[in-house]
Amino acid sequence: MFAKILIANRGEIACRIIETAHRMGVATVAVYSEADAAARHVALAGEAVLIGGPAPAESYLRGARLIEAALASGAGAIHPGYGFLSENPEFVEAVEAAGLVFIGPSASAIRAMGLKDAAKRLMAQAGVPVVPGWQGEDQDPAHLSRAAAEIGWPVLIKAVAGGGGKGMRKVSRAEDFADALLSAQGEARTAFGNPAVLIEKYITAPRHIEVQVFGDGTRAVHLFERDCSLQRRHQKVIEEAPAPGMTEAMRAAMGAAAVRAAEAIGYKGAGTIEFIVDGSQGLQPDRFWFMEMNTRLQVEHPVTEAITGVDLVEWQLRVAAGEPLPARQEDLQIRGHAFEARLYAEDVPAGFLPATGRLDHLRFPPGIRADSGVREGDSISPWYDPMIAKIITHGPTREIALRKLSAALGATEVAGSVTNLGFLSALAAHEGFARGEVDTGLIERDLSLLTREAGPQPEDLAAATLAAAGLWEGAAPLTGFALWEPLKQWVTLEGPEGVQRIGLSFTGPDRAEIDTGSAVMLCERRAGGWWIGGRPARQRLRRSGRVVDVFARGSFRYILQDPLDRAVAAGGGGNVTLSPMPGLVKAVFVRPGQRVSQGDRLAVLEAMKMEHMLTAGRDGEIAEVLVEPGSQVEAGAALITLAEEAE
Amino acid sequence: MKLTSRILTGSESFRSNRAAHLSLLDQVAAAAGAARAGGGATALARHVARGKLPPRARVAGLLDPGSPFLEIGATAAHGMYDGAAPGAGLICGIGRVEGREVMVVCNDATVKGGTYYPMTVKKHLRAQEIAAECHLPCVYLVDSGGANLPQQDEVFPDRDHFGRIFYNQARMSAAGIAQIAVVMGSCTAGGAYVPAMSDVTIIVKEQGTIFLAGPPLVKAATGEVVSAEDLGGGDVHTRLSGVADYLAEDDGHALALARRAVSHLNRVKPAGVEWQSPEEPACDPEEILGLVPADLRTPYDIREVIARLVDGSRFDEFKARFGETLVTGFAHVRGCPVGIIANNGVLFSESAVKGAHFVELCSQRNIPLVFLQNITGFMVGRKYETEGIARHGAKLVTAVATTNVPKVTMLVGGSFGAGNYGMSGRAYQPRFLWTWPNSRISVMGGEQAAGVLATVRRDGIERAGGSWSAEEEAAFKAPTLAQFEHQSHPLYAAARLWDDGIIDPRRSRDVLALSLSAALNAPIEPTRFGVFRM
Repeated sequence: MFAKILIANRGEIACRIIETAHRMGVATVAVYSEADAAARHVALAGEAVLIGGPAPAESYLRGARLIEAALASGAGAIHPGYGFLSENPEFVEAVEAAGLVFIGPSASAIRAMGLKDAAKRLMAQAGVPVVPGWQGEDQDPAHLSRAAAEIGWPVLIKAVAGGGGKGMRKVSRAEDFADALLSAQGEARTAFGNPAVLIEKYITAPRHIEVQVFGDGTRAVHLFERDCSLQRRHQKVIEEAPAPGMTEAMRAAMGAAAVRAAEAIGYKGAGTIEFIVDGSQGLQPDRFWFMEMNTRLQVEHPVTEAITGVDLVEWQLRVAAGEPLPARQEDLQIRGHAFEARLYAEDVPAGFLPATGRLDHLRFPPGIRADSGVREGDSISPWYDPMIAKIITHGPTREIALRKLSAALGATEVAGSVTNLGFLSALAAHEGFARGEVDTGLIERDLSLLTREAGPQPEDLAAATLAAAGLWEGAAPLTGFALWEPLKQWVTLEGPEGVQRIGLSFTGPDRAEIDTGSAVMLCERRAGGWWIGGRPARQRLRRSGRVVDVFARGSFRYILQDPLDRAVAAGGGGNVTLSPMPGLVKAVFVRPGQRVSQGDRLAVLEAMKMEHMLTAGRDGEIAEVLVEPGSQVEAGAALITLAEEAE
Repeated sequence: MKLTSRILTGSESFRSNRAAHLSLLDQVAAAAGAARAGGGATALARHVARGKLPPRARVAGLLDPGSPFLEIGATAAHGMYDGAAPGAGLICGIGRVEGREVMVVCNDATVKGGTYYPMTVKKHLRAQEIAAECHLPCVYLVDSGGANLPQQDEVFPDRDHFGRIFYNQARMSAAGIAQIAVVMGSCTAGGAYVPAMSDVTIIVKEQGTIFLAGPPLVKAATGEVVSAEDLGGGDVHTRLSGVADYLAEDDGHALALARRAVSHLNRVKPAGVEWQSPEEPACDPEEILGLVPADLRTPYDIREVIARLVDGSRFDEFKARFGETLVTGFAHVRGCPVGIIANNGVLFSESAVKGAHFVELCSQRNIPLVFLQNITGFMVGRKYETEGIARHGAKLVTAVATTNVPKVTMLVGGSFGAGNYGMSGRAYQPRFLWTWPNSRISVMGGEQAAGVLATVRRDGIERAGGSWSAEEEAAFKAPTLAQFEHQSHPLYAAARLWDDGIIDPRRSRDVLALSLSAALNAPIEPTRFGVFRM
């Protein structure tokens, strides 16, 4: 076993690798960019080396610098994690050339799987099923039609140069093929200047199921499948293992195919074979096809670890150190079910845009696995993937594991950045998903519903209002007392849904009506806390100054607007710049018709041996300049006027 | 110690009492509603169309979210001036701003342009009096055309008229009681002195104006033609004249500036009394309506009321076996120690002396006094006069008049004759005086007054040898009875600000707590009693 390894990565995966290494008595060296100097992985590692600037190209992608760091620190091996240089064969060669061990597959294995078309051909030769299709020079309609019939209906006609769905047609019957081809070719010509098309098997209810494999360079085992069908724009959102609806026959077939694929390229280490599966008629052993192989540890590997009890990083280190495969196929078993949800700093309503921010507050519930590269107080920087954590739950059945996931997401608290937590919660509560009806189109189909449920609910706003008003915890005595009728008060909050003015009227002590504009909710404080709309409030709140964070399925931040935080009319009455005292005009910097901005210098007045700069009181256009340099002016004399502006 | 109730909540009398009280409450609520409506929908719409917040929204916007608002004189001027001045065109009350208790005085410009009727002046002065006695910072939300000219003789010249407002401002400022004005509309003529006399003044841009004479008067006097904004708008006063200190963009901004001004007062509430942690009464305050007889002439045990006002219904009754018609004792109201003096029948010499003793005790110990007034008067008759009931009554009156502990008086029934004096009536300057809807106040009962007049009349007729039939006597008495009935009604009293307002008896405890809390902003000065006639 290595005495010391260098982890050529950052974030949660670096932390996760360091933890296993330490558990195995292996010393660790972290690397970090200038942006990551205070990052969690740096703090966790035994030692850490600065490798460059914040941009990945200046740090985590600088192979030579990483190797240099490994050599200088006395590490015997480099673990690449995922992403960055993990699937770069030149890097593997350089590492090995430096006399170090690359914890992962050989350069040739990576190359074999790197080119998608070549990989598919290789797999087909090895007897691994690939998606049926036809692509070639011959664009004759009759030929294409025959190819389509051979593949079997329905088929998809795709522009070779395509993208964005242009030049794409689904054809379900032979008699519709000619027309569809004509229009697809026409569209392809218009859109890409190239009418060439290819024909592919159309998969009605596509599912993304992948098989974890592990090889020692000769032989391989598989650690069963993961279902990653819950995707949004090819980004996995929630993964699980095993796949819902999986049969023993199908699992055996997929596992065997995956092992064949790994052994065909002499795979060493952890890898994943991705399959596309047609789930339209349940899972059937003849309806899965090879897509690609990921020659590294996957983000979602923890679900496999949860159901197999295997620490894949431990296996990686042991196999890289020359040990044989730690288990035989027959030793491996599935125990229960596991889910992983990827918690990201991203703005869901804005179209899942990556977000940044300082995590003022970060809590995960106990009893679950949360792999995270950040701590409370850390910042999500714009330089890297905005992942906050992976939340992994495990249970004896899928139903229990999913319930635990829901509960864990509900109990997770993040403040300081917008996140997809609410979206994940909505997804975990999705009825179809709960029934195991997963396919890669689920999220897009129900996106508007999921996004709506991901946002704050009226009760969350009500809770935020109470907190902003200082009433969430222990109100002052006789709150809201009025002799005859309560006063209606207003609180203005800026939250995930913009600036909202919320009415607050107390109909009794500890009893308020909250009017959000769209809903009126009765809030009452009872023995155990507030009840909102007749139900006990489940929100957890955190208030710091004007900022209120509401934790309830998602984490929502509200900022109490300061009515004083507004531009007050500038001096000078806006239109006229007056001489503040008697003096001599030294200089005039503007002329009529010129646009000026508030604060721009207009003139200099010399008085009492001092030079006074006169600036524009507001944005506008100069109407008149009433003085010239050298003029002696009295206090209050008009010097320069701005043109009147329409409101 | 702990009072137990003998009330049967299922009884017929409980139900009928409750029904009677609820109907009285409805009357008061309707009057309060009319006052809240101010100058009516049209005037309010005009007001709002100018970009102004409705008067009550201004008060609400000034106060902390969820702040209690102890309104003073909510039904002032009710039934007066032919209904022209609901609420006397002024909203006054105590609320919390940045955690501090303040007195808010807000003109209702929807009522005759916020001009001052006699009752408006009286209400404004009463609010200032409370503020002065309780050391409450004052925030004036000004939007007023000044004196109501047709009423000038009852508004301008006398001691307690318009000028007293500014006198009070100056005196309070001198005493370190902050005076903050927010000019949200006109401040014309005398009204101009409200902001000018304030420690800090905020004015709303293009809405607030301050001038001694408005544009029409200026034109009449000198021929100068000038717009209100150029004559005395926010820009002029914050930039040129210095009459105002902060320029606000709009009402909301102005109120926020006022809140900030209060936050910079640097005043700490004095410790005053030994607070306990508050506790709800063991007996339900809701039952007050059923246990208090609808007819004032029906006696009941005032301890039933006390049990529903004080923490844990615990009452340390002092001298329970002596002068039993006056109940005295120690308790807490929402944690504040109080000495309670409550009528339980007509006052005798013993009761009066006991009361004076108890006032001395509380004064010695700095314990605020709460008076629960339900008094027909001192006992009359030869026996009592000869034993010197006037002398003994004077002891109680002296004690009540000269003690310096805060007093809060609540009229829970009748308030007649000298009983009113001994029980800290308005003239005895309690910090607050609240009334229940069933209360009655007059120099004596209507029956007695009509009886006295009829006796005098009958004597005259019979001396002249005439005779007076029972019908004639009844007809003679009727106008007096009607007059007393009308004038002793709590709405009549509250309209004239003989008290600080009518309250819902069930909320007496809250009102007491807020009154005491407000009163304890001022340190309790040591008492020096007058000469007790022994």
